[in-house]
Amino acid sequence: MTDRLELTPSQTVGPYLSLGLTWPEGADVVPPGTPGTIRISGVLHDGAGTPVPDGMIETWQADPAGRFAHPDDPRGAAEPSVPGFLGFGRCNTDPEGRWEIRTVRPGPLPAENGAVEAPHLDVSVFARGLLDRVVTRIYLADDPANDADPVLNSVPAERRDTLVAQKDGEGVYRLDIHLQGPHETVFFTV
Amino acid sequence: MPLTYPYAEDTHPALDSPGYKSTGLRAPTQRPIILPQRFTEITGPLLVGEIGPNDHDLTRQHEGEPQGQRITVSGRVLDSDGRPVPDTLVEVWQANAAGRYAHARDTWPAPLDPNFSGGGRVVTNSLGEYSFTTIKPGAYPWGNHPNAWRPAHIHFSLFGHAFTQRLVTQMYFPDDPLFAYDPIYNSAPEGARERMVSRFDMDTTQPNWALAYRWDIVLRGRNQTVFEEPHDD
Repeated sequence: MTDRLELTPSQTVGPYLSLGLTWPEGADVVPPGTPGTIRISGVLHDGAGTPVPDGMIETWQADPAGRFAHPDDPRGAAEPSVPGFLGFGRCNTDPEGRWEIRTVRPGPLPAENGAVEAPHLDVSVFARGLLDRVVTRIYLADDPANDADPVLNSVPAERRDTLVAQKDGEGVYRLDIHLQGPHETVFFTV
Repeated sequence: MPLTYPYAEDTHPALDSPGYKSTGLRAPTQRPIILPQRFTEITGPLLVGEIGPNDHDLTRQHEGEPQGQRITVSGRVLDSDGRPVPDTLVEVWQANAAGRYAHARDTWPAPLDPNFSGGGRVVTNSLGEYSFTTIKPGAYPWGNHPNAWRPAHIHFSLFGHAFTQRLVTQMYFPDDPLFAYDPIYNSAPEGARERMVSRFDMDTTQPNWALAYRWDIVLRGRNQTVFEEPHDD
């Protein structure tokens, strides 16, 4: 641990992030029309319950086979099992604080000691007033693997539902993110 | 699992920084829960998207040239182990020379510049180097407290190669007299703030064309072991 370079501090994205970070097709993790596409949407709220109209949500996930096209995956990089799958989604919040990404269900992932991580998306939330991103996860309510997920089980039971998107129609999931307040979302240190 | 990206204390601002008023209703209040780094965290998007021909030159995105002092900003993206971070997307955005953003919500009465949009993107080369051309942004007032002014800055967004390395920050210019008054700059711990300040670099100026600033960005590095071997003692 000698001679480590000192890290660059984080700063807020500020109110004008859309000038630099808008990706017109960022919300499409898979090409439009991909079979099995699911929509995950919600509203980003501040501590007063007011929608946050100048935020941004990013998601990162495995493909439906539970693999990543990434060399640091110890199992090796894998070509996506769904053509055009990017794994990454980005959506600015709209004037009503709403965000949505269109993707496919991630697969479960092996974890230590034979445990299995339930299908999930890692999420970064950025906004004016956040001096660093905050990190959370999205799980899907109808997945039987949730009960044994080591991360969900590390969260106090009464707060777990802040990480679980509820089914709101066929292929449609909904999860609001609360930066503060009585329903404050569980955020993680990674 | 082979990797972990250790979190560095004393680098990042406290989310709850009362001097920056907007943190009041937005900074989470509950203690964050530690998320052990597994496959989703040690991987991350390696996308670079489509880079347009003038994405690296914010002075050439319109018919005419923008007002202001032409500059280049260049440097390296490294991790804390000193390794360059190649082939990674760097996104930037900034105010114009008068300190006005080309954004509908920026309403302070400094002139907009029809020749300046203020957004750019570049990809680091195999040595982790990036470079872009722009104009020096102006300082501007904001509503945080009476007579609040932001020091001139350029917003930077970086991915690195893992979810854990994602960083959004701001680059400042040397010797700005507004540093002492800015709660956002000062939200970073003392001793870490100056890492956000670029340096003027005569060597990379383009003669008779552009002044130059250099700024290296350091993302989290990685350790090779996640799980400690059990000790007998």
